[in-house]
Amino acid sequence: MSEQGNLLAIEGLAVRYGAIEAVRNASLEVREGEIVTLLGANGAGKSSILNAVMGLVPVAEGRVVFEGQDVAGQPPERIVRRGMTLCPEGRHVFSNLTIAENLKIGAASRRDKSEAAATQADMLALFPILDERRDQLAGTLSGGEQQMLAIARAMMSQPKIVLLDEPSLGLAPQIVDTIFELIVRLRDRGATILLVEQNVDLALEIADRGYVLATGDIVLSGPAADLRGSGDVERAYMGSH
Amino acid sequence: MEIFVQQFINALALGGTYALLALGLAMVFSVLGLINFAHGELMTITGYAMFFAIAAGIPFPIAVILGIAAATLAAILMERIAFRPVRDANTATMLLTSFAVSTILHMLFQNLISARPKAIPVPDWMIGAINLGGLSIGVIQVMSITATTLLLLALTVFLRRSILGIAMRAASLDFPVTRLMGINANAVIATAFGISGLLAGVAGVLWLAQRGSVDPLMGFLPVLKAFIAVVLGGLGSLPGAVLGGFVLAFIEVSLRAFLPDDWLPFRESITLTLVIILLLVRPEGLLGRKDAVR
Repeated sequence: MSEQGNLLAIEGLAVRYGAIEAVRNASLEVREGEIVTLLGANGAGKSSILNAVMGLVPVAEGRVVFEGQDVAGQPPERIVRRGMTLCPEGRHVFSNLTIAENLKIGAASRRDKSEAAATQADMLALFPILDERRDQLAGTLSGGEQQMLAIARAMMSQPKIVLLDEPSLGLAPQIVDTIFELIVRLRDRGATILLVEQNVDLALEIADRGYVLATGDIVLSGPAADLRGSGDVERAYMGSH
Repeated sequence: MEIFVQQFINALALGGTYALLALGLAMVFSVLGLINFAHGELMTITGYAMFFAIAAGIPFPIAVILGIAAATLAAILMERIAFRPVRDANTATMLLTSFAVSTILHMLFQNLISARPKAIPVPDWMIGAINLGGLSIGVIQVMSITATTLLLLALTVFLRRSILGIAMRAASLDFPVTRLMGINANAVIATAFGISGLLAGVAGVLWLAQRGSVDPLMGFLPVLKAFIAVVLGGLGSLPGAVLGGFVLAFIEVSLRAFLPDDWLPFRESITLTLVIILLLVRPEGLLGRKDAVR
């Protein structure tokens, strides 16, 4: 069993692509109701951690303990059905489906279709722009709107925890602010969030705790408030740990 | 005018058969990135299932249903036995697997049944023609057009309305993210194969009704045509596969009808030349996406 209060605990995770070791020995915990951010430069292995947790890439070593059970190596569809989901880097909305269809398929794992419809109404209320364009193809949305759709789609499975991979990627600053406000609102509504970001300042502003990853290792961790003030994060980024 | 309408109906009927086959190929391709060269053998399986059913004294309409069911089941088994173990391997491995499946089935048909054609007696009423305002239209043509229309409509409803149908369209764009929605990968792929088998079965019945016999290599030519139709329509596009099937049939039927007699031996080469010209103008196919790279 995991430590009490941990919704997700990653223990000694290693991810390899052939001979390349993307993640060496990563451990982190997310407690219920928290926003935890995982920071690190490009190529540090952040996405690899999320993809391995979700079963999209194989776990070479270590455990992924979700609600007290090791889910490492399970297929992504089963992990989603357990209540953990990933909003992938680069948004990956289904551009050939309408917005309504994107949301509908987001709820595919749920048995009760009337509850799923309620969640969809809830999401459309939270993202009015998506409601207006419900029957348009997702490919016609702007980048920020696609990000909103990707988040709304992830929420459709009513996850206990959402892994958000670089939600600010490629978006204009005002849009990034909107997205971050939404992430806070989702947490206020009871969601638990593991946020991977390159935008260090914003991520530490909304997070409760943070971890910094450099070349496959966790080099720094602590409450977001502590990380914010010190120069440690910058130093870790530069690789002088 | 009359000959024109007659040929138009011929082209619709032939195009329907090509479209069903092409759509089956395209469905499997869109979720798996595999061109299944054993697709034609599904048609042949329909033929043999009907042959044995009729030989056992089963009435023709039930033999038709058994034939279609046999192709559907065979497609699902093909995926389970041959393709699932190599799913994570590269595309070339899957392609070679499909050639192997095709060859093994040829051998089985030849050695266990016969290399010679087996007659499938088509009921008399199917051979006749319907008189429609001075036009005589073959019953088989009418059945072909009706079956194609109904199947395409049913499939459209399935792909638009059901979660599994929406998932199949999503999977054609991005399989890993489709799995992140909680969609079972095996279910999507097995459904794609099942539908491709069903469509091949119906196409097989329509093809057999014209030919009246089945032999081990029966599926080869129509599936080659279907493959051309898929490429012509745009690899990965389901509406494209249907359109490609009809365009190909219209080219073929027009050439057969209006080409001078001494040119007729070249009609296949002329058809393919026209297809190549179309692809030179639109390399991504008629309805393919410009950015479609697999």
